[in-house]
Amino acid sequence: MRLEGQVRIPSGCAIAAVISREGRKMSGELITNAMKPMHDRSNGLGGGFAGYGIYPEYKDFYALHMFFDSRESRKECEAFLKERFEIVKSENIPTRKTPAITDEPIIWRYFVTPLKSVLESMQLDEKEFVARTVMKINTGMKNSFVFSSGKNMGTFKAVGFPEDVSEFYRLEEYEGYCWTAHGRYPTNTPGWWGGAHPFTLLDWSIVHNGEISSYDANRRFIEMFGYKCTLKTDTEVITYIMDYLIRVKGLTLDEAANVVAAPFWSTIDSMEDEEEKKKQIFLRTLFPSLLVTGPFSIVLGFSGGLMALNDRLKLRSMVVGEKDDKVFIASEEAAIRTMEPNAENVWAPAGGEAVIVHVKDGCY
Amino acid sequence: MSIEFIYPEFEVIRNESRCIACRVCERQCANEVHSYDPERGIMVADESKCVNCHRCVALCPTRALKIVKSDCALRENANWPQSTINEIYKQASSGGVLLSSMGNPNPLPVYWDKILINASQVTNPSIDPLREPMETKVCLGKKKQEIRRDENGKLVCEMTPQLELSVPIMFSAMSYGSISYNAHASLARAATELGILYNTGEGGLHEDFYVYGANTIVQVASGRFGVHKDYLEAAAAVEIKMGQGAKPGIGGHLPGAKIVGDVSRTRMIPEGTDAISPAPHHDIYSIEDLRQLVYSLKEATEYKKPVIVKVAAVHNIAAIASGIARSGADIISIDGFRGGTGAAPTRIRNNVGIPIELALASVDQRLREEGIRDNVSLVVGGSIRSSADVVKAVALGADACYIGTAALIALGCHLCRTCHSGKCNWGIATQRPDLVKRLNPDIGSKRLINLVRAWQHEIKELMGGMGINSIEALRGNRLMLRGVGLNEKELQILGISHAGE
Ligand code: SF4
Ligand code: SF4
Repeated sequence: MRLEGQVRIPSGCAIAAVISREGRKMSGELITNAMKPMHDRSNGLGGGFAGYGIYPEYKDFYALHMFFDSRESRKECEAFLKERFEIVKSENIPTRKTPAITDEPIIWRYFVTPLKSVLESMQLDEKEFVARTVMKINTGMKNSFVFSSGKNMGTFKAVGFPEDVSEFYRLEEYEGYCWTAHGRYPTNTPGWWGGAHPFTLLDWSIVHNGEISSYDANRRFIEMFGYKCTLKTDTEVITYIMDYLIRVKGLTLDEAANVVAAPFWSTIDSMEDEEEKKKQIFLRTLFPSLLVTGPFSIVLGFSGGLMALNDRLKLRSMVVGEKDDKVFIASEEAAIRTMEPNAENVWAPAGGEAVIVHVKDGCY
Repeated sequence: MSIEFIYPEFEVIRNESRCIACRVCERQCANEVHSYDPERGIMVADESKCVNCHRCVALCPTRALKIVKSDCALRENANWPQSTINEIYKQASSGGVLLSSMGNPNPLPVYWDKILINASQVTNPSIDPLREPMETKVCLGKKKQEIRRDENGKLVCEMTPQLELSVPIMFSAMSYGSISYNAHASLARAATELGILYNTGEGGLHEDFYVYGANTIVQVASGRFGVHKDYLEAAAAVEIKMGQGAKPGIGGHLPGAKIVGDVSRTRMIPEGTDAISPAPHHDIYSIEDLRQLVYSLKEATEYKKPVIVKVAAVHNIAAIASGIARSGADIISIDGFRGGTGAAPTRIRNNVGIPIELALASVDQRLREEGIRDNVSLVVGGSIRSSADVVKAVALGADACYIGTAALIALGCHLCRTCHSGKCNWGIATQRPDLVKRLNPDIGSKRLINLVRAWQHEIKELMGGMGINSIEALRGNRLMLRGVGLNEKELQILGISHAGE
C-alpha cells in the first residue's frame, strides 16, 4: 500500500486551540483535556499539538523537530544541517513509553541559526532560507522529516489518539501562551508519523478539519513558488498558502482570509463600502487559484497570535468562546467547556469570517 | 460519363405519397438539387449537388424527404477508402489543392471522451447548486503583480486589465465575410446579454456592431484587414492571430465572391478582390518581434485592454506558449487541430497540429514549472462540444474555452462542411442576401443564450457534485479527472491518473 505523500488520503478531524491575550503560560495539559470529549472524532491514526512560547531560553533559534528512520539517516541529515546552520543544541525530544504509542521513529530536535556566510552567498532572507532548507530535506532526504521549524514554538505529533500523543511527548511539562491540537480520522491507515497534524512551516502551524475540494488547484498553483507538497494533505497546502500570502506577498491576516475564504461575487457586488468592495475585487481577481473550497475549519497559529477560519459555506463545525484573557476554539463546545466550564460569549463564527486573536505586544 | 465520374455521395429520398409538390425544397436548396417537372407533375432531384445540409428535410411541410448515404460503393478496401479514391479523381481532373470546411472529421482520438469527472461521496459533501451559490465567473488577464500599499498601509488596488466572463465560455473568432452579418449580429447580441465575449475574427468590425464593443474581442491577423484606431478602441480586448487549429502554418483566403458590399468596406479592401492573409505576420519572424506587436497594440490602446495571442496547437506548443507568456501578452489562446474553419486545404486540416487536450495539459504544466502560469490566462478551443468538455478543460488548467462550431450549430448549422461554397442554406456561412435573411438574429441570439445558459447549469451541477462552489477552484484541479483506456504516456502528458487509481 502506498504511504501518505504518495497518495492523497481524505480525513475527518477534531481541532481545538487556546490562547492567552496577556501571554500567560498554560501547560500542555489544558489542551490535552480539551481533546478528550472529542475522542470519537479521531480514530487513533494521528494526533498532534503545537505550542507557542515553549522554548523561551532558545527563542532566537529555529527549533527543528525531526523524525529519522535510522541513526544513519540522522547522521547524514546532521551533516547537511551543519553546512547551513550553526547548531547550538541537539537532543532527543523527551518521550515517555506508553502502550498506546508504538513504532516510534527517532525523534530529535535541533536549535539552529543559519550561517551568515551561506545566507549571503544565496542572497536570501533568513526565513526564506530556512523554509527552503526544510523543503529540501522533506523532498530530498527519504528517511528524514522536519515536522516543526519555527522559533520559540514546537509541534508534537504521532500516530495515536491525541491524549495518548500528549502523554507520549510529556506535554504537561511544557508551558506556552498558545496551544493548538488535532485529532485525525483518516480514511485509511498509512501509519506514518509525518502525516499527523499540526502541519507547520516556520512559525506557522495549522490544524484543520475538513477535506478541501480545491486541493489540486491550490497545490499546483502554490508549487510554482518553491513549495513542495510532500504529504498531499489539505493542512500542508493551506500552510503554504498562508506563508505565501502573508510572508511572501505581504498581505495581512484578514486579507489572506479574504483570499482563501473569499466572499461570493454576489456579496461583493452588493457591498456598499466602495473601498471594501474594491479591495475584495482586487484580492479575488489576483489570487483566484488560492480560493479554498469544500469543507474546512482551520486554526492557524503564529508567533503572538492565531486565526480561526471556516470555509465560506461553513460546512464544518467550529465554535469560539472567551473567558478573561483567554480565547478558546474547538470543533465542539464540549471541548471548550472542558478547558473552561465558565466560558462566555460562546458563538459559531460565520463561514469565511476570520477570528483573529493577538497576544498583547511585549507579552510573548 | 468518364473516369472522373463520382457517384453522388447522398441520395434524396422522397416519399411520393407524402409529397404535395409545394416546391418548398426547391426554393430552400441553394444548391439547386430540387426542381419541379411540370409534365409529370412531380418533384425531381439532382442528388449530385446535394451536400446533406438537411435544409429541405427540415422545411418540408409533410416530412416527405430524407437524405441517406448512397450505398453505391466501390469495392471495399481498408487502405483505399472511397473518399481517398474520390479525392484522387478530383485532383487528377483539376490539378488543384483540395478544400474543406469545418473541423477535422477523421476518427482521431477525442481525449475528452476518455476523461471522467469526479464526485464527492461521504468524506466531503457535494453542494446543491439550487440551494447554495455556485460561481462560474472568471477574470482573464495577467495576475502576477507586486502588492503595494499607500502611506497608510492600505492596499493599492490597481490591476492589469482583466476581462470578466460570467461563465468561462467565449465565442471564437469567425470573421464577418466568412460568416454572415446576421450570424455576427446573433453572436454579438448573445455575448452582451450573457456577459461573455465574442470575437470578430480577421475581417474587421461592422460599424453596426461597435455598440457591442464591451463584449467584443477584435482580431489583428496577418492580413491586418479592417484594423484601424477606432476598431482597436471599440473592443474589450485585442487578439493577435498567429495561427488557427484547422490550418496551422498557413494564412486565410476569403474568395472575392464573398467580398461584396459591407464586407469589402469592413475589411477595407476593394470589392471582388480575394482577401489573402499571409501565412506569417510579415513583421513577426520571431518571438521578440511578437513582443513588439504586443506592446504596439498596448500603446495604441493605452494599456487599458488585455492582449491575447492566439496560436494553433502544434508539436512544440509548450515552449511556444512559454515564450508568449514572457512576451507581455495577457492571455494565450490555443486552438486544437479539430478546430473549425470556413475553408482550409484538406491535407492541412486533416494532418497538421495536435489535439487541444494534450496541448492544454502540457502548456499548463510547463508554465507552472517555469513559475509563470499567473503571467497569463489560458483559453482553449477546437473543439469544445459540451459543458463536460468545458469542465474537463478547466480542470486540466484552462481559464476559459472558445466555442465556434458549437455556437454555429446552435444557430442552425448542420455541419454539411461546405462553408467554402458560400451557399450555406442556413444563412450562416454565406453572403447571399436571400440566404442570410434565413437567419433571424432575434432567434439566433436567443438560441445562443439558451445554449450557454444550459451549459452553465450543467457546469454548476458538475461542480456541485465535486463539492466545488467556484469554478476558480476547479482550474488546474487535475485530481478531479481520471482517464479511461489511455496509455501511460497519455496519462503522463494529461497529468491525470487512470480510473481506479
Ligand atoms: S443540399 Fe441541403 S437543401 Fe439541398 S437537397 Fe441536399 S439536404 Fe436538401
Ligand atoms: S455553416 Fe452552413 S455551410 Fe457551413 S457547415 Fe454549417 S450549415 Fe454547412
